[in-house]
Amino acid sequence: MALDKSYLEYAKRQYGMDHDRYDWSMLTDRPQVTWPSGKKLALWVNVPLQFFPLDQKGEPFKIQGGMTMPYPDLRHFSLRDYGNRVGIYRFLKAFDQYGVTPTFAMNTELAKRTPYLLNTIKERGNEVICHGMHMDALHFGGQDKQLESQLVQDSLNQLRDLTEQKVTGWLSPGRNESENTPELLAANGIEFCCDWVNDDMPYTFKTQQGNLWTMPLSNELDDAFIMLNNLHSEDSYADQIVDACDYLLKEANEQGGRILSLNIHPWMLGQPHRISALERVLEYVMSQDVWSASAGNILSAFKAQQNA
Amino acid sequence: MKSDPGFYDYWPYENRPKIRWPGGKKMAFWVAPNIEFYELNPPANPSRKAWPQPYPATQGYSIRDYGNRVGHKRQMDLLDKYGIRGSISLSTALCDHHPEIIQMCKERNWEFFSHGIYNTRYTYGMSEQQERDMIKDSMETIYQHTGQKCGGYLAPALSHSELTLDLFAEVGTELFGNEGGIYTCDLFHDDQPTPIHTRSNKPFVSIPYSLEMNDTIAYVVNKIEPRRYGQMLKNNFDRLYAEGDESGTIMCIPTHNYQVSCPHRMKAFEEALDYITSHDDVWVTTGKEIAEYYLEHYYEQAKVDIAHKNAALIRSDK
Repeated sequence: MALDKSYLEYAKRQYGMDHDRYDWSMLTDRPQVTWPSGKKLALWVNVPLQFFPLDQKGEPFKIQGGMTMPYPDLRHFSLRDYGNRVGIYRFLKAFDQYGVTPTFAMNTELAKRTPYLLNTIKERGNEVICHGMHMDALHFGGQDKQLESQLVQDSLNQLRDLTEQKVTGWLSPGRNESENTPELLAANGIEFCCDWVNDDMPYTFKTQQGNLWTMPLSNELDDAFIMLNNLHSEDSYADQIVDACDYLLKEANEQGGRILSLNIHPWMLGQPHRISALERVLEYVMSQDVWSASAGNILSAFKAQQNA
Repeated sequence: MKSDPGFYDYWPYENRPKIRWPGGKKMAFWVAPNIEFYELNPPANPSRKAWPQPYPATQGYSIRDYGNRVGHKRQMDLLDKYGIRGSISLSTALCDHHPEIIQMCKERNWEFFSHGIYNTRYTYGMSEQQERDMIKDSMETIYQHTGQKCGGYLAPALSHSELTLDLFAEVGTELFGNEGGIYTCDLFHDDQPTPIHTRSNKPFVSIPYSLEMNDTIAYVVNKIEPRRYGQMLKNNFDRLYAEGDESGTIMCIPTHNYQVSCPHRMKAFEEALDYITSHDDVWVTTGKEIAEYYLEHYYEQAKVDIAHKNAALIRSDK
């Protein structure tokens, strides 16, 4: 019994990363950043607006939040739809009450299906980033490149038409990518991508079609990760965000501006028994030394301080 | 395959020879940061997949990278604050990938022990020679980059063979005599050190490393809330500290920079460290220092006691 000898060969055992997507860099080695008006912490509230198809194919895997029952899984289809009908309007009230500027990560398919909601967002003037076509249109390793290219183009072109926004940000459905996704995004006018979770600040992500920025959207602080995956309570969710806010503020005071990114789903926190946890969080965070801004504006402020 | 790995004999947790740690302390406390490198595209192993998704596994890979880019410095600053030297369970390829981290830990006189080369290269399916080569590579790498004679082992991603402990002990002897390859963190059967049988009959011990207090087990497997994890650490400490009156105990907190160093988890961890280190009767130390002290002062006595207790049982059966 033995493994092939290649299993004990280490071709990429070298300085830096084992790939050429980005450079190795420790957060503390970078120049300090300050946010507008001297605020210490930028608050990025990111709201995915999602369409989960009833006829989910689950290729190459079923994503969290998707259908789990034999067809037709009316339970999960309608529970997710609840977010776009009911939960989102609770969110909007809370954002307005506490002066929060949200960013919406929209499935293009949902933008097509809910003109009222789309119009509401357009009238508010909040930034929309593209969340792919829908929650069963995954980007994944081994995917046909032409098909994926078409998917990226369709998702972006249609969303740009519908929103009348430039749409420069991207969040993949299920936060999964193929080996080609970064190139396809760069080739289609995307400036920043929110899939990778290896940093608390933006950094440069290299593609053969030019550089992207990675924006740090925490998955560990995602409402569905905490309450659906980890099965923590609503109170614990709020405690965790408050503790994160305190910690990042303290770090920001010593090391320069930080970002608190909250990815929150209307079908999760928008439920009647959970919305107060969000309100508690927003009330607390907005009472701190915080700049609430869209993902694109946070990135712009960051970029303006980087040496060209 | 065996029904029992045969590494140790039964040894009841009562009436054991009394342990006192240096300075007469009743409890030893150590923190074991796992500083790991996971590969984005590792070669396939026949028994275990590295990532659930086809390459590239964006999420799994990048959160682990977060540990090195962001988390390491946070935990290191915290351990500095409470006067704790880490005992690093090291993916030794990290010496090449991220020498800055190695340098910082070296400057602090932290211990480095082997956690394999990459946490995405599993022991499963390796021949004896391959596993020996992998272990030897890892121990030599630590020596070359830090000058330390690697004392301990935690198999990469807890992937073992029947021979893992034998091979680690033997390679340690080959490279460093009795100064290297003296303890394992791979066994979870006890709250005190235990003499371990190896093929070479070398003095070799299991040092309690606690899977239960391991942040990744707590947060990822058991899905514990951060503040509850902090409370669990304090409860674990309280009991072991009290039991130290009878015979010296050990508490270990195994950590991962991509778990414990996330912003929402640091407060609970800090409160536990603050609580633990505020007690006087605690020897704040490293894994290898515990192993060396035990081997020198209690190992032989323990072997005699274990043999005696098992022999007495056999006689009473007759």
